[in-house]
Amino acid sequence: MKAARGITSRAHPLWLAYILHRLSGLTLALFLPLHFWVLSLAMTNPARLDGMLHLTEAGMLKLIEFGLVFLLAVHMFGGLRLMALEWLPWSAPQKLLAAGAAALSFLIATLFLMRAI
Amino acid sequence: MTTNILKVTIDRGAGASSVQSVFNVPAYDNQTVLDVVSWVQQNADQTLSYRFACRVGMCGSCAMMVNGVPRWTCRTHVSKVLNGHEIEIGPLRNLPVIKDLAVDMDPFFDKWVAAEAVHHPSASRKEPIAAVDENSKARVAANAGIECINCAVCYAACDTVTGNPDYLGPAALQRAWTLLNDAKDDGRLAILESVSGAGGCHNCHSMGSCTAYCPNDLDPMSAIAGLKRETFKSLFKRGL
Repeated sequence: MKAARGITSRAHPLWLAYILHRLSGLTLALFLPLHFWVLSLAMTNPARLDGMLHLTEAGMLKLIEFGLVFLLAVHMFGGLRLMALEWLPWSAPQKLLAAGAAALSFLIATLFLMRAI
Repeated sequence: MTTNILKVTIDRGAGASSVQSVFNVPAYDNQTVLDVVSWVQQNADQTLSYRFACRVGMCGSCAMMVNGVPRWTCRTHVSKVLNGHEIEIGPLRNLPVIKDLAVDMDPFFDKWVAAEAVHHPSASRKEPIAAVDENSKARVAANAGIECINCAVCYAACDTVTGNPDYLGPAALQRAWTLLNDAKDDGRLAILESVSGAGGCHNCHSMGSCTAYCPNDLDPMSAIAGLKRETFKSLFKRGL
């Protein structure tokens, strides 16, 4: 069992696409309560909401926004990839799709970052 | 400078009492991982237990974990997997270890039967042999998966099997898929019922390790995706 414990066999595009999809989904789910809380301030404490919206001008927040858009893009393309993989009877291009989804997500997130800067 | 001695670490025993033994094995130009294991058993430690038969990649009995990756050892050249001059060999993952490198394959083959991956005759021997259209879509789908040698490399690579001991696994599900597409198999309903159950095809997370590590370049992940589609179609048609 010892040789199996350090399993390195996960280092291939299909598994990495799988874990990226799961982790991005998990992170987005954790972000949602915070998102709704900030939105709720529009009703309960508009002054505080304005203060928080000012915060988004800061560089650190820009970086976090970049991460958020990156996660959204990764998760969306991961989901499209999964649906294509399971519902369309394709075989060989699966690895290509996984790689393409990741590359496109990265491109969109980078474009967003460039605009922000 | 290349060293001509391999440092080979092999898992010994079974379960909690398992330990690792280190052997110095002479390196040769043409040497498979199975050659290394055999050298150890013949020259260093006769008590080493392992399993092999054909040595040419047909029987599927010599699969082991090699540097953390499940492989057919008889067709794996040492130079392909060597980590420096070291190599770590263990029993297949996801199966109970009997001793050293020999695992109990019973759970693997029991699931093969549980997935209805057995022949369901559509005619008796008294009837003429039905013609099979080699170019039909179903036959092409079946042909894609029939070269499985039951080595359990995909089963050892699968994280879903690790997480759910009841999951039928890639090999059994792929065989169910080939039989579903076989014009001479009459088990369609039985297959769909068994693969849509609790341990069936819908457990698969499409991680793709089965497809990535199949030594025969088969694609169990896509076969399981096929089963997912067929069980859904069947659900809407019949309410299975």
